[in-house]
Amino acid sequence: MESFLIAAVAASTPLIFATLGELVTEKSGSLNLGVEGMMLMGAVVGFMAGFNTGSPAAALLGAMAAGAGGALLFAFLTVSLRANQVVTGLTLTIFGKGFASFLGQPMLGLVEPKSVAAFFSKKGIPFLEDIPFFGPIFFKQDVMVYAGYALTALLAVYMFKTKLGLNMRATGENTAAADASGVNVTAHKYAHVIFGGALCGLGGAYLALVEVPVWQSDVVVGRGWIAVALVIFASWRPVKAFAVSLVFGGLSILGLRMQSLGLHISQYLVDMLPYLATIAIVVVSAYRNRKGDLPPGDLSVPYFREER
Amino acid sequence: MKKLLALALALAMALTVSACQNSPKSGAGSAEGADDALTVGFIYIGNANDGGYTQAHHNGAVAMEEYFEGKVKTLVMEEISDTDKQAIRSAADSLIDQGATVVVGTSFGFGDTLYEMAQSGDYDGVKFLHFSGNLMADNMGNYFGATEEPRYLTGIIAGLQTKTNKLGYVGAYPYTEVQIGINAFTLGAQSVNPDVEVNVVYINSWYDPAKESQAAEALLDQGCDVIAQHCDTTGPQLAAEKAGALAIGYNLDNPTAAPGAWLTAPIWRHEAFLIPTIEKIMAGSWTPESYYGTMKDGYMDIAKLSSLVSPEAQAAVEQVKEKMLAGEFHVFTGPIQDNKGNTVVQEGETLYRDGIWKTDYLVQGASSADI
Repeated sequence: MESFLIAAVAASTPLIFATLGELVTEKSGSLNLGVEGMMLMGAVVGFMAGFNTGSPAAALLGAMAAGAGGALLFAFLTVSLRANQVVTGLTLTIFGKGFASFLGQPMLGLVEPKSVAAFFSKKGIPFLEDIPFFGPIFFKQDVMVYAGYALTALLAVYMFKTKLGLNMRATGENTAAADASGVNVTAHKYAHVIFGGALCGLGGAYLALVEVPVWQSDVVVGRGWIAVALVIFASWRPVKAFAVSLVFGGLSILGLRMQSLGLHISQYLVDMLPYLATIAIVVVSAYRNRKGDLPPGDLSVPYFREER
Repeated sequence: MKKLLALALALAMALTVSACQNSPKSGAGSAEGADDALTVGFIYIGNANDGGYTQAHHNGAVAMEEYFEGKVKTLVMEEISDTDKQAIRSAADSLIDQGATVVVGTSFGFGDTLYEMAQSGDYDGVKFLHFSGNLMADNMGNYFGATEEPRYLTGIIAGLQTKTNKLGYVGAYPYTEVQIGINAFTLGAQSVNPDVEVNVVYINSWYDPAKESQAAEALLDQGCDVIAQHCDTTGPQLAAEKAGALAIGYNLDNPTAAPGAWLTAPIWRHEAFLIPTIEKIMAGSWTPESYYGTMKDGYMDIAKLSSLVSPEAQAAVEQVKEKMLAGEFHVFTGPIQDNKGNTVVQEGETLYRDGIWKTDYLVQGASSADI
């Protein structure tokens, strides 16, 4: 059981980064469906940087830059040129896939250097790792998992306790009102779309650098889409996003571990669980319709100042 | 104006992507100029240097082209989805337009489309060869290999090298081809170590690198100390290396990813089918066949054993391999029971190709979470 939970936390980490990234993006009013693409861009550039320099810092910066680059493209098209966000996001996903296959082609099958692998190996946090049961599950992981915890907490504070966060939420909720009250809505949209893209890039890099430390094309295989669903699932709240990512990460590997857990259920049924859970939660949240759980009011609406 | 610019940029983005894929290129490229050369077109599901399944096919294509020294030219189409009929069809058409008179499809999912083309009457000058299917037509044949033979040999090594008597096996799907491999591996391991058990985890995907690694980690956590695989990436081998365990690969002799864990792998030598078949096509004596290559045919093989394989295991493998090469050893010889206790092969009975391909069970000693 414990080894399953340890693995579940690791399996959920790419989802945590991507979900938080998309959450920030959506909260500022942009629906970027290019998560899958940005994750792949982050994965390929992160792996490339790590492989060529042997430096984990370069790998992480490269991944963030690539994800942010994809998001910048999205922001330019949708915020400045007011293109349709859904179409642009889908295009970004397809583009990211091609980008990763193209750049990754010469690296197929290559293993990342030992220096990078060592940085991402599991290391316990003194004292915390000795907590019975929870210690080994949450505090004997790799640095990216810890970064995920910190990021969740920081984002929750930023979004709900700071003025910048308030402005950002206002931009997503009612762009015209935010604009009228003096918020630079264009800057807010750009900044949060790009930041969200950087986080998606990190999520993809986790798959390529930690989960599978050898380059393979299309390492993401649909996890970006799950992240998009998880944002709705989490009703746009960072701490909830963290929790649902954990649940989904756990469910995604449950099928592989059932034998050792002594569960005798069809694996196909278990593999369906994450998706059944999504449907269930979407139905429940639609039914409850709580005010705080609704999507940002101006989500995916292009903003024309003249047409207020 | 801005909208137009947005549209143009979005289009440009989409076009870059499609431009990156599906560009045909010639294989080894040594056959420039020879106008009377026979052109053989290959359709791959993956990338020619994917380090596994497709690379094994590509190596066979390159070896075949080199063998014919300019008399054969190869073309390849990479990363063609096996569920996208349109893509398969246009890949084949594009190869034929470039002069291919033999089209080889190397994934199961290409079969139906190639069969339709072969049957349509529009491609009578073209011969179709399909890997892993069973469809035949006047101008279409298929080929596959007796993977059970090298699987059995790798089982012998795993059975002798394990200390925990628990072997792990990462499978793609619980279906016949995979189950045959698991059964042969298990029988091989049991032939030298009756106490051994094989734990199987299916990832239910042909392609998900992260899941392959996670599945191997799950098996390692259960105490398995040798990990075998029927999936395409080196992820399971790396997971084994990280945990200080041993690993058996698949498809290719490729110890470079995880040299600290690599023992060996069941591998394909596709040129052993391609060379004689192309020779027959050139001579005009080819007739459609359903080829099933064995170790004796040189089609299946076991990769060079690494230095981690004990001398005892090496000797045991050598002994059985000799019998296989002489055609005297058959993996599925009774009595064999499945893991529910039913006798599936009677004493004195031996399964050959047709019987083997009816497998829908795991043998005793192998278990998966499925019921």
